[in-house]
Amino acid sequence: MSANPFSLWVYLSQSPLLWLTVTLLVYATTDALSLVTHRHPLANPVLHSIWIIGAFLMLTGTSYTTYFGGAQFVHFLLGPATVALAVPLYENRKVVAAAILPMLAALVVGSVTAVASVVLLAEAVGLPRAVVLSLAPKSVTAGVAMGISESLHADPSLTAVAVVLTGIMGAIMVTPLMNRMGITDFRARGFAVGIAAHGIGTARAFQVDAVAGVFAGIAMSLNALVTSLLVPLAVILLVR
Amino acid sequence: MIASLSLILLCQLAGEVIVRGLGLPMPGPVVGLLFLLLLLLARDRFVALARGPLQQDGVENASRGLLAHLSLLFVPAGVGVVQKLDLVAEHGIAVAAVLAISVVVTLLVTVATFLVASRLMSRGRSAP
Repeated sequence: MSANPFSLWVYLSQSPLLWLTVTLLVYATTDALSLVTHRHPLANPVLHSIWIIGAFLMLTGTSYTTYFGGAQFVHFLLGPATVALAVPLYENRKVVAAAILPMLAALVVGSVTAVASVVLLAEAVGLPRAVVLSLAPKSVTAGVAMGISESLHADPSLTAVAVVLTGIMGAIMVTPLMNRMGITDFRARGFAVGIAAHGIGTARAFQVDAVAGVFAGIAMSLNALVTSLLVPLAVILLVR
Repeated sequence: MIASLSLILLCQLAGEVIVRGLGLPMPGPVVGLLFLLLLLLARDRFVALARGPLQQDGVENASRGLLAHLSLLFVPAGVGVVQKLDLVAEHGIAVAAVLAISVVVTLLVTVATFLVASRLMSRGRSAP
């Protein structure tokens, strides 16, 4: 038992253990709540984890760098999880091979739309140049988007926030939107959310339907390929 | 389990080495994904490869475990918003509106393209 509770806090708040535990505990709680609400779109676990952890950091005056010291162990798994997408792809290779042409068409049109729409809209509302560039790769998964942002000399940490925000929005909107439009082809629904909202959209798609999840995963990995080629080109053409 | 995780990391490592080595404009983990997919396909063809993590659903189970909580992995990056509060105060509403509109447009355009292409394809197949 520490003589001074404050010195115990000073010790713990600097250690990765506390922040890793907080990240997992808050996510486990928000995920359980999402289950209780039968995966209601607005009970998105990522959204609620972020504001709860963010508020906790601000209340305790903890810097993001200190927090990330613990949370990096979770963040690191984004890379292996991308590799792991090979497994659902492999298991559904027949469904995928049968839909290869619609997928390629939707991939090209979808990734161009994702980049062009955000760049044009951001320019139109007069956001500063650095913000426009940081938003451009927002539809690809975090690690890739940050790499693209870096190569554009934009702000990778702003890109990461835009990526996560985009993912949450896509995950929240996709189910009501597609139901309203009367779209029942889960291949198409999954593919669209994978293009628009990367891993968070893919996680949502797996909650709704297994086939949708597979197509979202494929869309997300193909989009990572296409967008890394597309964004530099779009920036040359669209940003003046 | 350990062997399966090692195989996944090994694929990612090989992907990073190739991407950095050749200066390719694509992310290392995506190349790693291609490697793992090729390995799984090769295993079905050559029995000799079906050992270690490539047998009895080893790497499959490890991957399913990783993907089961994919959205957790985005939390640390998302909490980064606490560093951007000045930007949120200044441009937050504009940025959120731009992202929201872009997401809706992208979802609709992608789903429409997929459905139209899929319909054209099935018509093309039944016509001749």
